[in-house]
Amino acid sequence: MAAPVLSEPAATSQRSFWRRNQMRLAPWLFLAPGIAFFAVYVIFPIFQSFHISLYRWDGLGEARFIGMQNYERLFDDPAFYTSLKNNLRWLLLYLLAIPGGLFIALFLNQQVRGIRLYKSLFFFPFVISQVVVGLVFAWFYNPSIGLLNPLLGLFGAGPVNILGNPNTVTYGIIAAGLWPQVAYCMILYLTGLNAVDPEQVEAARLDGAKGWRMLWYVILPQLRPATFIAVVVTVIGALRSFDMISVMTNGGPFGSSRVLAYYMFEVSLSEYGFRMGYGAAIAVILFLIMMVYIAFFLWRMWREERGA
Amino acid sequence: MQFTFKSATAMLALTTALALPASAELTGDLRIFFNDQNPAPRAAMEGMVERFQEMHPDLNIELTLIDREANKTQIRNYLTANAPDVNGWYAGNRMRPYVNAGLFEDVSDLWDGPMGEELASTRAALTLDDRQWGVPYTYYQWGIYYRADIYEELGLTPAATWEEELANCEAILASGRKCYTIGTRFLWTAGGWFDYLNLRTHGYDFHMALTANEIPWTDDRVRETFANWRTLLDMGAFIDNHTAYTWQEAQPYLVNGQAAAYLMGNFLVEPLRDAGITDDQLGFYQFPEITPGIPKAEDAPTDTLHIPAQAQNKEAARAFLLYVASAENQTIANEVLGQLPINSQAQVADDKFIQAGFEMLSNATGGIAQFFDRDADAEMASAGMEGFQEFMVMPDNLDAILNRLENVRQRMLED
Repeated sequence: MAAPVLSEPAATSQRSFWRRNQMRLAPWLFLAPGIAFFAVYVIFPIFQSFHISLYRWDGLGEARFIGMQNYERLFDDPAFYTSLKNNLRWLLLYLLAIPGGLFIALFLNQQVRGIRLYKSLFFFPFVISQVVVGLVFAWFYNPSIGLLNPLLGLFGAGPVNILGNPNTVTYGIIAAGLWPQVAYCMILYLTGLNAVDPEQVEAARLDGAKGWRMLWYVILPQLRPATFIAVVVTVIGALRSFDMISVMTNGGPFGSSRVLAYYMFEVSLSEYGFRMGYGAAIAVILFLIMMVYIAFFLWRMWREERGA
Repeated sequence: MQFTFKSATAMLALTTALALPASAELTGDLRIFFNDQNPAPRAAMEGMVERFQEMHPDLNIELTLIDREANKTQIRNYLTANAPDVNGWYAGNRMRPYVNAGLFEDVSDLWDGPMGEELASTRAALTLDDRQWGVPYTYYQWGIYYRADIYEELGLTPAATWEEELANCEAILASGRKCYTIGTRFLWTAGGWFDYLNLRTHGYDFHMALTANEIPWTDDRVRETFANWRTLLDMGAFIDNHTAYTWQEAQPYLVNGQAAAYLMGNFLVEPLRDAGITDDQLGFYQFPEITPGIPKAEDAPTDTLHIPAQAQNKEAARAFLLYVASAENQTIANEVLGQLPINSQAQVADDKFIQAGFEMLSNATGGIAQFFDRDADAEMASAGMEGFQEFMVMPDNLDAILNRLENVRQRMLED
C-alpha cells in the first residue's frame, strides 16, 4: 500500500489525512447510516411534535399559531386524565409478567422427557402477533359467544362483560397483554438460568440453603442481567399497548380504556380526528413521561459502565 | 402525447362533457378509488365502470376498492399525495375538512345542468359554502326493522305513536324478550337512536341547529330528548352488554328472537336474509311520532363520489360523475346495491323494504338528515356518540355528559 502513495504525490495529502484519522473516522462512518436514520425518523420528529403542538392544525389546511393553548386544554380534559391513569395501570400491572415469567422458567428448568416441547408451547403466545392475541381474547371475553362466562358459570360466578364495562375493561386488556409478555420474560429467565453457576448452587446447598433462601440469595443475584432486560422490555411493552387497545375496544366503552398513545391517535389521525396540534401536545406529554424512564435507564447504564 | 392532448382540451372539457357525455372523446387514465369492498357495493361499482368503459373504449379505467373503514383514514393521504381522479365519500359535514382544505374539486358546474334538477332532493346535502362538491349515487332509509312473527304471536301491530311504542315494548318485555337489539361498540348505532329521538321530539330544524353547534347541549329541550331515551332505558328495552358488540354481533339477537326489533339502516336486510330470516318474518316501520304535530324527518345517509382537487384527468372524472348521476345508471346500480336511487327519473327496485323506504322518504315532509356523524362536525360527532354510549350504560351521568358536550361545542365556537 505504501508504494502507490509515494508514486502519486497529488493525492498524498488526502490519503495521509485519511491515514492519520482512520482510527477516529472509521467508527463514525460505520455509525453514519444509523445516525442519519435515527436523526431523521426519531430526533427530528420529536422537535417537530413540539413545534406542531403550538398550532391549531387539522392536518390538511393552514396551521395557526396558538401558543400553549393545546396544553391548557389538555390539562382541563377529563379524557386526558383517564388515559394517564390507564397508562399507570399498564405500567404497574404489566410488571407482573416478570415474576410470572420467572416462576414458569423455574418450573420448566428441569430435565424431563419432552421438556423442549413444553418450553416451546409456553413460548408460543409470544410468537403470535399482538393483534391476534387481542382478537382471541376479545372473543374469549365476548358475553354472548365467549368461553369466559361458561367457565365462570362452572364456579357459580355471574356472567361478566369485561370489555364493555368501564371498570374492568383496562384490566381485561392488560390480562390479554400479559399472556405473551409472561412468555417473553420466561424465555429470558430460561436462558439466564442456563448461565447460573452450578458450583455456587452446590456450595450453597452444602451450607444448607434451599427453597426461598436459595432463590433469593443465590439464584436471583445471578439472574440480575436477565431481570434488567425483562424490566426494560416489559416497560416498553406496557408503553406500546396501542395495538391491543385498538383491536379489542377502540378505547371504549366511552373512552375508558384509552391510554395516551391511543388518545393521541384518536384525536389526530382516526376517523373523526383532525386535531394535529392537540395530538402533538399529547405526544409531547407522553415523551416527557417516557423521558423519566429513559433517563433512569441511561443513568443505570452509565453507572454500570463506570463500575466495570 | 396524452399530456398535451389533455392540457389542450382542458378548457373545452367541461362544455363537451356536459353537452355530450356519451360521445366525448375521452382518453388517458381514469383512476377511481371506491370505498367499499362488500359484495353488493363492489358489484354495483364494477358494473358502473364496465358500462362507462363501453361508452369510452379509449379510456383506461383503473378501479381500486378500499375497505370502507380503512378509507376513512386513508382519504387524507391519497387526497394530498397521488390523488385518484374519482373517490368515494359521504355527503354533509363529513366533506367539510376536505372542502376547507381545498382538496375537493368544486363540481357546481355539473349541478347547474339538468343533472341538478334530477338530483334536487340531495342538493342541500352536497352543498357547502353555496357550492356543490360531489355527486350522490345512492341513499338508504333508516327505520325500525322488526320480527313480524313475534309481533303476531303477541298480537301487536307496529306503533305509530310513542305511547303505542312503549306499550308494545312492555308486552315484548313481558314475553321474556328485549324490545331492541343494538351493538354500540362502534358508537354510531347509538347516534341513530339519538337522531330519531331528537328528530321526533323536537323536529328537523332543532336537530340541524343542534348538530350545527347553534344550540347549547345543556338546553332543556336536549334534556327532553334524553328523558324519552331514559324511559326506554329504565324499562330495560335494549339488550344487555351492548357495549361489547358491533352492529353485526347484535344481529343474532334479532335472528334468534331474543329481541324483537332493530333501529338500523336498510343495509341490515341483506345479512338478515342470509341468516335465514324470510321477508314474511321481517317487517319495517317508520320511527313513531313522539311530539304530536311535528312533521316527520328521516335519516337517509347519502353515499357520494368526488373529484379530488389534484386529480389528473378531471374531464374524464366529470364525465364519469355525470354518468353515475344518470337515471339509467342509478336504476341499475341501486338494483344491485339494494338501495334507493337519488335521481328522480330512476326506477326503484321491486323489493318490499326498498319500496317501503322510498314511500317513507318521499313523504318525509320534515326533512332528510344525513346521520349524526355526517351532520355534526367530526369532533362533535365523536364526542357526542361517545356521550350517547355512556348515557345508555349510565343514564345518571347525563349532567356530566351534557356539560362535556357543551364544553366541546364552546371550544369549537372559539376556534
